[in-house]
Amino acid sequence: MEFIYEVEGGNFTKAGNASSAVKKTLKQLNVNPKIVKRIVVALYEAEVNVVAHAYKGVITVNITPEHINILLDDEGPGIPDIDLAMKEGFSTASSKVREMGFGAGMGLPNIKKNVDDLNVSSIVDKGTKVEMKTYL
Amino acid sequence: MKIKEIVDILNAKVVSGSGCDNLDIAHGFASDLMSDVLTLDTEKMILITGLANMQTIRTAEMADVQCILFVRDKQVTEEMLEIAEEQDIILIQCKYSMFNAVGKLYTAGLQPVY
Repeated sequence: MEFIYEVEGGNFTKAGNASSAVKKTLKQLNVNPKIVKRIVVALYEAEVNVVAHAYKGVITVNITPEHINILLDDEGPGIPDIDLAMKEGFSTASSKVREMGFGAGMGLPNIKKNVDDLNVSSIVDKGTKVEMKTYL
Repeated sequence: MKIKEIVDILNAKVVSGSGCDNLDIAHGFASDLMSDVLTLDTEKMILITGLANMQTIRTAEMADVQCILFVRDKQVTEEMLEIAEEQDIILIQCKYSMFNAVGKLYTAGLQPVY
């Protein structure tokens, strides 16, 4: 089963809409609520990252009986140093992002904590791909 | 602690989820940083915050937080209300500062998360 959602960069009113839709779907599929929470917390942080940093992005959710795989593929400034971005407390977020309750350098570490496999790749001035896999 | 007690202690107003007076809340967590809320795995928790925007509601939705208390007289928008009702999230508003609200609830026996 595959679901695709588009994310608009800079639009904080809509940030979380895709995560909300995914949560609804996973609940309907009777996925264990503890696993649902971990997946949607990770996805929501990642979705907020796309809204906060990129121009636009696409979220592809792939669900099989064994795993849930989510890819966030964005067009944006990219991440020059991924290891640094993974460090708790490191952030390049704008004051607008901070006003929204994010931007404290917790997003990527929080995503890592909540998924089984995390893969982040990025090309500066092109975009970032975040792939997260959770085994059921 | 019941929602009703929280409302009484803080002279607060329930703006969404009326009829949940007897819902039991065991823990309180006060933060304006939503990423910190998203690190928690605590049930029966009330989020106490001065951050009143859509991301507060979305954070509660993702983190399975049943109840949000807005302090400093922060107002809930129509859009926030709509999503909160859809997700069965109780929204409470009070005029006290975060420090004052937290102090009163702690004194009354509401437990911290950590």
